[in-house]
Amino acid sequence: MQANNALNYDYSVAKCFTYATILFGIIGMLIGVVIAYQLAFPELNYLAGEYGTYSRLRPLHTSGVIFGFLLSGIFATWYYVGQRVLKVSMAESPFLMILGRVHFWLYMILMIIAVVTLFLGIGTSKEYAELEWPLDIAVVVVWVIWGLSIFGLIGIRREKTLYISMWYYIATFLGVAMLYLFNNMEVPTYFVSGYGKWYHSVSMYAGTNDAMVQWWYGHNAVAFVFTVPIIAMIYYFLPKESGQPVFSYKLSLLSFWGLMFVYLWAGGHHLLYSTVPDWVQTMGSIFSIILILPSWGSAINMLLTMKGQWGQLKSNPLVKFMVLASTFYMLSTLEGPIQAIKSVNALAHFTDWIPGHVHDGTLGWVGFMTMAALFHMAPRMYKRELYSKKLMESQFWIQTTGIVMYFSSMWIAGITQGMMWRATDQYGNLAYSFIDTVTVLIPYYALRATGGLLYLIGFFMFTYNMYKTMTASKAIASEPQNASPMAA
Amino acid sequence: MDMETIRELQAYGYIFFTIFLAVILYSYLYHLYRSEKSGERNFEKYADMALRDDVTDAPIEPMSPLNKAKD
Ligand code: HEM
Ligand SMILES: [Fe+2]
Repeated sequence: MQANNALNYDYSVAKCFTYATILFGIIGMLIGVVIAYQLAFPELNYLAGEYGTYSRLRPLHTSGVIFGFLLSGIFATWYYVGQRVLKVSMAESPFLMILGRVHFWLYMILMIIAVVTLFLGIGTSKEYAELEWPLDIAVVVVWVIWGLSIFGLIGIRREKTLYISMWYYIATFLGVAMLYLFNNMEVPTYFVSGYGKWYHSVSMYAGTNDAMVQWWYGHNAVAFVFTVPIIAMIYYFLPKESGQPVFSYKLSLLSFWGLMFVYLWAGGHHLLYSTVPDWVQTMGSIFSIILILPSWGSAINMLLTMKGQWGQLKSNPLVKFMVLASTFYMLSTLEGPIQAIKSVNALAHFTDWIPGHVHDGTLGWVGFMTMAALFHMAPRMYKRELYSKKLMESQFWIQTTGIVMYFSSMWIAGITQGMMWRATDQYGNLAYSFIDTVTVLIPYYALRATGGLLYLIGFFMFTYNMYKTMTASKAIASEPQNASPMAA
Repeated sequence: MDMETIRELQAYGYIFFTIFLAVILYSYLYHLYRSEKSGERNFEKYADMALRDDVTDAPIEPMSPLNKAKD
């Protein structure tokens, strides 16, 4: 462990996960665009037999972007940021190097089996938790390996204090471990009763209890997969790229504990007006409103970090991606609490406003931050400057336009839908039948799908830019301190 | 127990819990600022961990003098 001149950070595992992020990003988003067009043009459901139907593809889209694209992005940035803020190289520990590789390959094998089984229609029917029990066990193994990786690296660190990003990565690890275990408690039917195939299972919980556990999981998956690790990323990459220390480190600590505590109680907002106890619903509503505070605490901390440095928005597209990401974070964490108010939810629930909200967060916050992180890492990992700033600028505007088309169409569609469902004539009869709402919404579905297509095109531009950076860009002599070098 | 008592207990529980949490939150804030004022710790310097993160940079707070990276 004696430091010498040759000691460098080892990015081989981070690179592997970078490729996986790009691969699953393309697969997941492509399927997303397909199912979006299917909603607008139903004939598209019949292109590939049972394998091309909306119902088969939808879990592939969600699992693909969440557990493929985003999770790989989290792992890629972890294997990059972890070493740097702990000031220790993975190369110093052969054990951690092997562990990192095993982590990557087991994860890839698992993901491939997951994709195949979902295409075959094998799943538990629990949203965002579709994998059957043998795969759930494999997920646990992969997760434990990641944990060993995290705590192994922490064990050999030189920096005594853990940087705030580390807190968030650790919280991601612990949070998901807890959620996944409890929500996926399932009974393998074949072994218990002889019914079904050997890989089939049913949830251990029934009825309302199942719904509560499921949304405790679903809601906190948003917390610990869509929010916490992305905050880990932005707390490292925005200061590093802009050369500005975090505006207030104390605020980052306070927001951390605030977020950890408040998030866990807000899950009831997914089950308003359902059969769960009334107090659970009210608690979910109230904690959702309180949740604005820690969420905006982090987001404002990031914006204030750029205080006096707004010129960088013009000169550096990476800063632009990250600032827009935190702005979309603020938007979705304001929109969410509004939808969690009972009377608003009575209108919004089951409508397209919900996917509208989802994609403010996922496309604007999660997607932008993940791509910006990989862009920042590329010159350092491949020792080449970023291939094209121009391409990056156009990508930014194309994707931003895509997101705006996505949420504006879904806001209008959702509120229209909600209003039509509840409209009555003077005798109290429903004014519209279900199909009336469907016909009205078709143009908005086409708009949304096109917004998604723009985002996908932007993702291909990102992929091309990354590929060229890895293979053809100008080599750089020394690692850039802050702003990532890029060719015009 | 009748419904009314339950409701009453819930209300007491709710108010105490709220006060308890608010106290914890403000104590944490107080703790952060007090330990900075008394010179015990300087939280803001930790922000530099993201900026000075070369493997050869001196740690902001080294683990122990032994495995301190040399510069
Ligand atoms: C303060 C923060 C937030 C609150 C209070 C909140 C609240 C809500 C509410 C009330 C719903 C709709 C439930 C329904 O009627 O079906 C919802 C859905 C959802 N939100 Fe959020 N949200 C927040 C932030 C976010 C962020 C930042 C993301 C993503 C990055 C996100 C992702 C989702 C997803 C994926 C769903 C859909 C769940 C489903 O029905 O499948 N939320 N949220
Ligand atoms: Fe939620």
